[in-house]
Amino acid sequence: MIMPRWVGIALRIATVAVLAFVYIPIGIIILYSFNASKVATWPIQSFTVDWYIKAFNDPGIRAALWMSVQAAVGATILSLVLGSLLALAVHRFRFFGRDTIAFIVILPLALPGIVTGLALNTAFRAIGIDFGIMTIIVGHATFCVVVIYNNAIARLRRTSRSFEEASADLGADTFTTFRRITFPAIRTALVAGALLAFALSFDEIIVTNFTAGAGTQTLPLWIFNNYQRPNQLPLVNVAAVLVLVISIIPVYLASRLTSDPATVGRARS
Amino acid sequence: MTTPSAAVRPPASPARRAAAALYRHPRIQLTALLAAPLGWLVIAYLGSLALFLITSFWHVDSFSGNVVTTPTLANYQEILGGGIYRTITLRTVGMALLVTVTDIALAFPIAFYMARMASTRKRGLLAVSILLPLWSGYLVKVYAWRLILSQNGVLNWVLAPFGLEGPGYSIEAVWIVESYLWLPYMIIPIFAGLERIPGSLLEASADLGGRAGITFRRVIVPLALPAIVAGAIFTFSLTLGDYITPTLVSNTRFIGNVIYDLVGVAGNQPLAAAYAMVPVTIMLIFLFVARRLGAFDAL
Repeated sequence: MIMPRWVGIALRIATVAVLAFVYIPIGIIILYSFNASKVATWPIQSFTVDWYIKAFNDPGIRAALWMSVQAAVGATILSLVLGSLLALAVHRFRFFGRDTIAFIVILPLALPGIVTGLALNTAFRAIGIDFGIMTIIVGHATFCVVVIYNNAIARLRRTSRSFEEASADLGADTFTTFRRITFPAIRTALVAGALLAFALSFDEIIVTNFTAGAGTQTLPLWIFNNYQRPNQLPLVNVAAVLVLVISIIPVYLASRLTSDPATVGRARS
Repeated sequence: MTTPSAAVRPPASPARRAAAALYRHPRIQLTALLAAPLGWLVIAYLGSLALFLITSFWHVDSFSGNVVTTPTLANYQEILGGGIYRTITLRTVGMALLVTVTDIALAFPIAFYMARMASTRKRGLLAVSILLPLWSGYLVKVYAWRLILSQNGVLNWVLAPFGLEGPGYSIEAVWIVESYLWLPYMIIPIFAGLERIPGSLLEASADLGGRAGITFRRVIVPLALPAIVAGAIFTFSLTLGDYITPTLVSNTRFIGNVIYDLVGVAGNQPLAAAYAMVPVTIMLIFLFVARRLGAFDAL
């Protein structure tokens, strides 16, 4: 397609503008976390790392951080098992309700998070399960399963069945073929999926708010409960940057692991 | 079929025999694979949703404050009967539409640049730069905007020399922040959709005399439509249920806020459940239409 010259220039400008729009707010919160003043006024007058030291020594933040890590690891492991089993089943077999499963699996992403959160909250109360880390893990796993499933099935579809058939022809049984052929083929996809699931779980707030109960706080919940307290503002800024960094690093690693960058995005979208 | 001689056949360990049994009975293999994830989806997820739906027909006794489990349509009469609930529903749906349109407008140029103009290296770099914020720090980003939009924030500082003022904490702020939050969810599917369009189709259009504008309207947009709808599922759904953004950057209430308050402040879970069925119904209709348009393949 031959485009007029101005279109190309306009597209370039739009691209730069959108990137700036996406990244400037992130840059600003990072700058604010080093703000020496206790109030958030712009421009920032002087910088300090004191709030980071205070935040790392704050028992509330430390407990919330540890809780977030535990919940994210738990949700990742649970969804890793469920998501990869489901992907193998859907990829290998034709069975009744197969398309329905593919539809149900994306529901937790397509329905607003508040619905998932509130539905789980209702169910936990009805059964009489105490709110705490286990309920947080279950809540996060509802949408983390999709991430693993999508990553695994995308890779399975790109992997030729002939390798598995060759393995069987050479005398390997089902388990050996899985261990030596199938698993190595999908390993990086699973790791990438797990990293994304961790990131997703780590900064989740909408569902967590309904599944955490009164006594349990993740780091995002800590931020949500403290953002209105003026004297906590510097610590909230630091906690925000912590959440951002801890969730962005796994996403970056995941994108390095999968050759096709679009897969990572499509996993969620 | 000839049986291999005993010398060739490896010793039949229990694992080997189990594997053989699995191979002969694919149904068992399927059941073993499906049992856990299906149990999870059906019991934990769909089960909760079903129970949730049932509770929406219960009601809270206004004298005792206890939940009465006799089925009634009272909750639905209240939320559909007009008044404040209808206003909030329309406001929320309007906002979701506005955010979706805004994001399509913002996403298309960058997605087009990424898919059809950028070099391979640049494309990868851009894709990663869009993905990083897609996956991380939802609450953090809303909070960052809260600081940016505040009275002494960055936006007012930038606008002051022009004699302008930012929207402060308002419904316009919600529009800006929601559009900001969900923009990557629109860029990625459109990018993937545009990337899949074969170059030969664009050449064919040009060969047949289609100028860039016509090729865009008659070839690119129709082919990218499933991808746009796929992106819209997310921008629309995520805006529809968001209660964090309106809480942090406005005083205006949306569906999410009302549900949140009904559970937390009012303790009226049945009414909250009934009201939550509004976004659920809207999304199910949306998903049904999206599937018809082929958006699921673009996911």
